[in-house]
Amino acid sequence: MSILDSKVPEGPIERKWTAHKNHIHLVNPANKRRIDVIVVGTGLAGSSAAASLAEMGYNVKTFCYQDSARRAHSIAAQGGINAAKNYQNDGDSVYRLFYDTLKGGDYRSREANTYRLAEVSASIIDQCVAQGVPFARDYGGLLDNRSFGGAQVSRTFYARGQTGQQLLLGAYSALMRQVGKGKVKMYDRHEMLDLVVVGGKARGIIARNLVTGKLERHGAHAVLLCTGGYGNVFFLSTNAMGCNVTAAWKSHKRGAFMANPCYTQIHPTCIPVSGDHQSKLTLMSESLRNDGRIWVPKKLEDAKAIQQGKKKGSDIAEEDRDYYLERRYPSFGNLVPRDVASRAAKERCDAGFGVNRTGEAVYLDFSAAIERYGKMEANVHHIDNPSKEKVRELGMKVVSAKYGNLFDMYENIVGENPYEHPMKIYPAVHYTMGGLWVDYNLQSTVPGMYVLGEANFSDHGANRLGASALMQGLADGYFVIPYTIADQLAGEIRTGPIKTDTTEFEQAEQHVRSRIEQLMNTKGTEPVDHFHKRLGKVMWDKCGMARNAKGLQEAIEEIRRIREDFWKNVRVPGKADEFNQELEKAGRVADFLELGELMCKDALHRNESCGGHFREEYQTEEGEALRDDNNFAYVGAWEWKGDPGAAELHKEALKFTVLQLSQRSYK
Amino acid sequence: MKLTLKIWRQAGPKAKGQIVDYPVEGISEDMSFLEMLDVLNDRLVREGQEPVAFDHDCREGICGSCGIMIEGRAHGPNRKAATCELRMRSFPDGDTLTVEPWRARPFPVIKDLVVDRTAFDRIMQAGGYVSVKTGQAPDANAIPVPKHHAEEAMDAAACIGCGACVATCPNGSAMLFVAAKVSQFALLPQGHAERKERVERMLAQMDTEGFGACSNTYACEAECPKQISVEHIARLNREFVRAKAL
Ligand SMILES: Cc1cc2nc3c(=O)[nH]c(=O)nc-3n(C[C@H](O)[C@H](O)[C@H](O)COP(=O)(O)OP(=O)(O)OC[C@H]3O[C@@H](n4cnc5c(N)ncnc54)[C@H](O)[C@@H]3O)c2cc1C
Ligand code: SF4
Ligand code: FES
Repeated sequence: MSILDSKVPEGPIERKWTAHKNHIHLVNPANKRRIDVIVVGTGLAGSSAAASLAEMGYNVKTFCYQDSARRAHSIAAQGGINAAKNYQNDGDSVYRLFYDTLKGGDYRSREANTYRLAEVSASIIDQCVAQGVPFARDYGGLLDNRSFGGAQVSRTFYARGQTGQQLLLGAYSALMRQVGKGKVKMYDRHEMLDLVVVGGKARGIIARNLVTGKLERHGAHAVLLCTGGYGNVFFLSTNAMGCNVTAAWKSHKRGAFMANPCYTQIHPTCIPVSGDHQSKLTLMSESLRNDGRIWVPKKLEDAKAIQQGKKKGSDIAEEDRDYYLERRYPSFGNLVPRDVASRAAKERCDAGFGVNRTGEAVYLDFSAAIERYGKMEANVHHIDNPSKEKVRELGMKVVSAKYGNLFDMYENIVGENPYEHPMKIYPAVHYTMGGLWVDYNLQSTVPGMYVLGEANFSDHGANRLGASALMQGLADGYFVIPYTIADQLAGEIRTGPIKTDTTEFEQAEQHVRSRIEQLMNTKGTEPVDHFHKRLGKVMWDKCGMARNAKGLQEAIEEIRRIREDFWKNVRVPGKADEFNQELEKAGRVADFLELGELMCKDALHRNESCGGHFREEYQTEEGEALRDDNNFAYVGAWEWKGDPGAAELHKEALKFTVLQLSQRSYK
Repeated sequence: MKLTLKIWRQAGPKAKGQIVDYPVEGISEDMSFLEMLDVLNDRLVREGQEPVAFDHDCREGICGSCGIMIEGRAHGPNRKAATCELRMRSFPDGDTLTVEPWRARPFPVIKDLVVDRTAFDRIMQAGGYVSVKTGQAPDANAIPVPKHHAEEAMDAAACIGCGACVATCPNGSAMLFVAAKVSQFALLPQGHAERKERVERMLAQMDTEGFGACSNTYACEAECPKQISVEHIARLNREFVRAKAL
């Protein structure tokens, strides 16, 4: 047997979770008071877990690096959250959501986890509504839905373009209630810099108080990592500036395996890069693909003219437009999964059809939707033979009600009115499917350490469908961990409080301290961002939307050189024992410089294409991802061996009992 | 573009601060205000000086981390925009800009432009929630909510907790922030059970934190990046009167 025991329960898939809950250990209410749990991260996963565990009676300590729990990166999610409610009566079901998610992930996720995710999805919506999350409603006062990529039903719940904000504020309010009651102690502006393992079990963390710079020891019977994704390894991404891999990476070095690190999601609809100064990229929600049509010119000369600023999108006649997604994928059209849409955009732009100065942009056009909605509204309001202008006016109102804030955001950033001119978009790094390996209980390879939300690897395989990350974060936090954690904690009721004056804590703190000193004492010439940008460029060029063996080998060499250079030439100003944002960044970039190498190593070993991992050597004649199920239907989980290059691969074989493995087709 | 920045520098919470002048060059109009500060900081680090500390994270106007007084205006001259959404094309070439932190008694300065806004969290702890435990919820469609109530609740819920309303208020009141939350829950059936306690507790906590009283100057609405309307303050007042009458 592999050392990776997924602990997936026996039995038919639709009964596994219920059976599992019936059989795992419980901790009775009086004993919960004797147990301390650390939750690192206050995004959807962390806030929901911390609030739920505190409600149950555990003593919880919660950490985040922002000044308030409410600012976790989940706040930025725009489009929506999936749930198999079938409120639209369009044939949705737990099975269909499971099926779409597994297929969307290109058959590289763990079947039982994905099924459970679909199974608990409905309760999430109930919970959030009860908290007062103002989801969109229809005229009858019931909940409204929209559709997202990779699905043919409408199962996405949303709150304008601020779904993540509203869900997070719901979870945050539940968390604040527990903080007010004294059941959760909140540590904001604190960064976890190491995991403390005692006797083979996770027993605490070392955190730096970001205001005073002091290192702190915190002990607990279990540690939950809810620290989000590592997309910022690419420097430019849609992630918030502070998103990092540090907590996960330090835990990796303490024994937690890192699974499928090369699975990265490149989101098709982001605002294109405008210049070298750029610090981050802005997503235009995928929900826009419900109504927007994606195209580039059919003729190369039109594309050239647009690139040179001689023509505009609106100058191109209808018959000269190539709606390439509708052309290539007639049944899903503009709603193909993200990896497919991103690669298709890259393919057109690489062929010279891009529509901005850099040639790296495609159009997302709402004129057809404006007309369609305008006509509908005219009917509703009994306006016979409305003028073209009237139709446009009515249609714009509908589009503005649906996406107004996104259109405003676009106009503000680009300086162009998207009601008048089609939006320009291009793919950008958005989400990381890879993450720390966890079993069915969400426990990592370090007993007592659990990983939730984007930080783990389990549910989305090689590609995540839109509106499924919010679902997963909240599923993990509200409905999975409160049950599964008891299995381990039941054995801890007599342990007593975890002492932090032990050698293990001492050593971990010393380890953190010396690394900080090393950063402070390098006293080189280049600011941290200089190295981060260089790393990002290598990652984007060689481990981004398309990869090949040669490029990946080069990337590994280049990353090693940047890492070496970093430790010789980085300059961190100020002092360690004070508020020091450059020092914070330096620590995070140092970890990215190691992670990046492991990502390339993982991408290099996986000699197939699947989901977001597209190896140019492995594609079908039509340019679609070509999986190799005989050799690669497994989770690749890496064990730290002192250096990213020396990491050792462990495999968890993926078994599919319900769905037959097949080539994904969205045609 | 070229600019002169007059930036508030303060080494720590107890240190004395002062305005320091910094010329910046090579700024493009497409840059955001924070990217312009990145350019300055890059130079300061290279020159061996301490970069300017400022809070930021999402850089797309939703997390509420950023918040800078630019020429005496919270989040700068543009309406409907947080500092991170402000683009340099909003300023003329050669401009001089005074750049300061939020100033309000309950928001002490931590360093340079960074302030401590945890008072907002404590106000939320006092009552900014619906008391429902995980797993207790009925089916989501069990309670229909009229669309216009849901929409209005959403308008209020859009608050990002940035603190511009406080910084801009002559009294340093947090009324708009508190009203946004009270109003959201007053508009939704889910919030009704705790209506009375919520408004009383949140206002009491606001006082405890040292925020001032609201004297209806409406400066807050004008500077709020999410355009939270002062009508929510009117609703809060009604909620408060109602609570007292019960
Ligand atoms: C722009 C954008 C739009 C999106 N839209 C959608 C959408 O519409 N639907 C959808 O389903 N998904 C969407 N996603 C994805 C989704 O938002 C995220 O995957 C999800 O919110 C992650 O939640 P999380 O709880 O795992 O982590 P996060 O929300 O990232 O939270 C991480 C937490 O960990 C803390 N933390 C991190 N490192 C440390 C450390 N070392 N020490 C202490 N604390 C630490 C942070 O402070 C933070 O509190 C979007 C993502 C982006 C970038
Ligand atoms: S009410 Fe407006 S200004 Fe005040 S905290 Fe909320 S978003 Fe910021
Ligand atoms: S940085 Fe998030 S709102 Fe400005």
